[in-house]
Amino acid sequence: MEVKIKSMKYEDFKDNEYIEQLIKQLQESGTNVVVGSLDELINWGRSNSLWPLTFATSCCGIEFMSVGAARYDMARFGFEVARASPRQADFIMVAGTIVHKMAPVLKRLYDQMAEPKYVIAVGGCAVSGGPFKNSYHVLKGVGEILPVDVYIPGCPPRPEALLYGMMQLQRKVKAERYFGDVNRQEKKPKELDK
Amino acid sequence: MGKIQEKIASFLPEAVFEEGQYLTVTVAPRKWHGLARFLHDDPELQFDYLASLIGVDWGETLGVVYYLNSTKYNHWVIIKTETSDRENPLLYSVSDVWESANLNEREVYDFYGIRFINHPDMRRLFLREDWVGYPFRKDYDANPDINPIPVSNEEANDKTVVLEETEEGTIVEKEKILFEKDEYVVNIGPQHPATHGVLRFKTSLNGENIKKIDVHCGYVHRGIEKLWESMTYPQTLHMTDRLDYLSAHNNRHALCLCIEKGLQLEVPERAVYIRTMMDELMRISSHLLFFATMCMDLGGLTAFFYGFRDREKILDIFEETCGARMTMNYNVIGGVMADIHPDFQRKVKEFIAYMPDKLKEYHQIFTGNVIAQQRMKGVGILSYEDAINFDVTGPSGRGSGWACDVRKRTPYAAYDKVQFKEVLRTEGDTFARYMVRMDEIKESLYILEQLVDNIPAGDYAVKTKPVIKVPEGRYFQQVEAARGAFGVYLESRGDKFPYRLKVTSPGLTLVGAVDHLTRGAKIADLIAIGASLDYVVPDIDR
Amino acid sequence: MFDFSIITHWIDNLLRSWMPENAALFVEFVLVGVVLLLTYAVIALALIYIERKVCAFFQCRLGPNRVGPYGLLQSVADMFKMLIKELIEIKHTDKFLFNLAPYIVIVSSMLAFGCLPFGRGLIAIDFNIGIFFIMAVSSIGVLGILLAGWASNNKFTLIGAMRSGSQMISYELSIGLSFLTMVVFAGTMQTSGIVEAQSSGWFIFRGHIPAIIAFLIYLVAGTAETNRGPFDLPEAESELTAGYHTEYSGIHFGFFYLAEYLNLFIVSGIATLLFLGGWMPFHIGGWEGFNQIMDYIPSVIWFFGKVFVVMFIIMWFKWTFPRLRIDQLLRLEWKYLVPISLVNLLLMVLVVIFKLHF
Repeated sequence: MEVKIKSMKYEDFKDNEYIEQLIKQLQESGTNVVVGSLDELINWGRSNSLWPLTFATSCCGIEFMSVGAARYDMARFGFEVARASPRQADFIMVAGTIVHKMAPVLKRLYDQMAEPKYVIAVGGCAVSGGPFKNSYHVLKGVGEILPVDVYIPGCPPRPEALLYGMMQLQRKVKAERYFGDVNRQEKKPKELDK
Repeated sequence: MGKIQEKIASFLPEAVFEEGQYLTVTVAPRKWHGLARFLHDDPELQFDYLASLIGVDWGETLGVVYYLNSTKYNHWVIIKTETSDRENPLLYSVSDVWESANLNEREVYDFYGIRFINHPDMRRLFLREDWVGYPFRKDYDANPDINPIPVSNEEANDKTVVLEETEEGTIVEKEKILFEKDEYVVNIGPQHPATHGVLRFKTSLNGENIKKIDVHCGYVHRGIEKLWESMTYPQTLHMTDRLDYLSAHNNRHALCLCIEKGLQLEVPERAVYIRTMMDELMRISSHLLFFATMCMDLGGLTAFFYGFRDREKILDIFEETCGARMTMNYNVIGGVMADIHPDFQRKVKEFIAYMPDKLKEYHQIFTGNVIAQQRMKGVGILSYEDAINFDVTGPSGRGSGWACDVRKRTPYAAYDKVQFKEVLRTEGDTFARYMVRMDEIKESLYILEQLVDNIPAGDYAVKTKPVIKVPEGRYFQQVEAARGAFGVYLESRGDKFPYRLKVTSPGLTLVGAVDHLTRGAKIADLIAIGASLDYVVPDIDR
Repeated sequence: MFDFSIITHWIDNLLRSWMPENAALFVEFVLVGVVLLLTYAVIALALIYIERKVCAFFQCRLGPNRVGPYGLLQSVADMFKMLIKELIEIKHTDKFLFNLAPYIVIVSSMLAFGCLPFGRGLIAIDFNIGIFFIMAVSSIGVLGILLAGWASNNKFTLIGAMRSGSQMISYELSIGLSFLTMVVFAGTMQTSGIVEAQSSGWFIFRGHIPAIIAFLIYLVAGTAETNRGPFDLPEAESELTAGYHTEYSGIHFGFFYLAEYLNLFIVSGIATLLFLGGWMPFHIGGWEGFNQIMDYIPSVIWFFGKVFVVMFIIMWFKWTFPRLRIDQLLRLEWKYLVPISLVNLLLMVLVVIFKLHF
């Protein structure tokens, strides 16, 4: 099965194996037609309406603004409504260096977001610490504190790369299941279940 | 023996003098405050502008280097003061003489552990209160186990410490309360759309009115200056683009100039012209982004897109020549990385023809608007004296009438070969700061116009040795970045690594003035003032 | 001109012939309710899409164009997402009020929506105090906003709610006064009566100077009532993150979001009703031929067409003007709009007494 994105060729995506593996996992567990098509509807809604949290720490944030601005216009894909409140956002674009002082703040922002929530690590700094890896105050990638869904390398990544990364997130959302078990990386902490 | 030396010698006979790029004076910590007052107030010296305040660890001693400048006479002096007590280093604060020393001294405390007597607010500036050790000391233990990634939120601390000297000469610590228990304190930031990054304003409110603001920096403090101390000179260049990414060329230009000054390297004329043009293009793109975000912060969303639309045109030019949109890595020691693209001149000319119309459009959609004018005029007034005292340079300072343009005061690159007007306004309010930037776009276009057809032929870079070693000494270079005077201080011991490399970013002092500017203003004014100061957070935090 | 009351009467008679009168009435209530709710939802989704496209074109962009043809299904996708998004429970809040607030907001806008005359004979209830009722229910909304801000236990929401309270209560005055001006002119508060009174020419033309002034004041005050730019202080994004609804997630936030757009529709609808003739076609007194041609266009299209024109103007405001500051906002109301409205009311009374209108 292919996860399609409008006007993008399937072959143009670089990591189809990963998505196919996800789909295979889903298919193996099986589901009935009604639930399956409901899932599809929900995934269609979710993947086409991913609202970013306005969050940026450094250079990548400016490229993120460029993606929203006239030439690249992420509104076309439904990423339009950048929310300043984490409660209403669907994914957080960690655009820029995350340092020790910021880490708990970022974690808190992530915790404040409502499920389903996703994380995109944008740029070298958020992916691995980038040029500041050896610094005493910089996190070696945001993966140390948050479960990252998509990594976008670059310093800073071009707006096209950001759009590509966001499309990858869309594909990932499309290969998800609402009813039954959700194939999320992060499990709910026990104390919240009560 | 110059006049400055005579004056200082007559005031303080035990001062030690040293000739160099500028006159260097070494004073004992105990005498420094008196001398500072004298330097600032003496009518023939008038060192009213503290251009840079640098903490240094000289191994045996810890100390501070001050670069002082007089706005009236434009003469310089370097003051050096040091203490050999590494356990509990104490120096005297000069923040009552130069207001801009306030945040800078906190930075020195944060990095070197030097505490300043009589400083009104002796807290860490960038790192968390619970950080162990002082990272910029040469003997700092960088073991990540000592300072692991924090998982808990930072404790809210409404108190600060002031060190006072009693008459007998003992130092007492006094606690000072910043915010009372029953104050309505709102944290604007670190994640907030109006702070342009991760800056935190701890704001005490009375209804809609602001009573007090406490600025918290360091949410993107990356320790670049410490990293530099273990990098070779060509490597250090890459970090400058990521400081104030909106004036990447200018920053890198400053560092290159500083290193070239140390190496006494003559840069080819062609490279000088290209650098100047790139600087001006960068300035325009930065000011366009300023326009965009200023409008967005004031609620005019459409203008935001207009600014970005035109900024893309400049990014296209950069991309062709430098290969990147934002972190260009274009200037190198001895010239530029590559020759300009064949289309460069044509594209720049097209842009020069394109931009004036768009500026008119901006003025129609935003500047002329009644609401915009009401939001900006008379808001956040910064007087001429305060601008100098708070070290508010760049367009923000020129909005207060301070002719602080480094391009005019101490011309570098090709700025002495071109004609341009230094845009000055005397109102000092948000509108003045805004208009200065809009008019500077025009001046930058004019500079580009003069240079675009006159780029001399020749090499675009001189060949440098594979391993660059800057001779021992102290070098300082300022350039006019998009946000103000950007200073680079380089202390070399003749190695291939810099011993101490510090940038004096315009952003830190801009933020230092926010509390002063917003007293009694409304929340909405804070947003307008913050937008008009146009700071970039990684530039502040470094 | 097609009268929709034919259909409604037919359904009424059909139901009455089948079942006892009370049961028929009950079924009718349910039917009307469902139809109104559906229209409400559809209009809200359409409006969100329109707003995005309009703002995109103002900003040299394309706007949503991937989801469905021309991005038409964009807001539907948003709705699906919003419906299943987690509702976050927040500690240290007044849970009852916190959950109640979005419902108050949406119910008040639904009530006002239900009273609009969409076409000839297409009106749910035709009170003799219709305009008064609309005004009363639409001002309940501010209560919901205040509650939302208060119950969230967040300093930003509280500031947002207080701003919104002072703003809405102030601008209610101008709205009321401009309503009153037109009621004086129409001589009735009944919505159907007001529309009928404009059969020989819309009020904005017949009432000339005072009507135009009232219309302009209403447009300004109406924009302020809907919390839209340049009066979007309660949710000023660059100042208060998201204002009074900062802490709301999922469909509760969706309610605020929908209500904002529907209030835009209601404000434009009332402007249409009071000044632009409601569903009444463009008539010029005495030109029978012209009037007949105009009558061929269905009344529903007239109504929605006019509403969209007014809405476009209000959107235009939002995407052009920067935001006001709170003191400037209140100064505008108390120092300019209210006195002008009062004088304007007097002027209208004089016009009516001396029959100076067309």
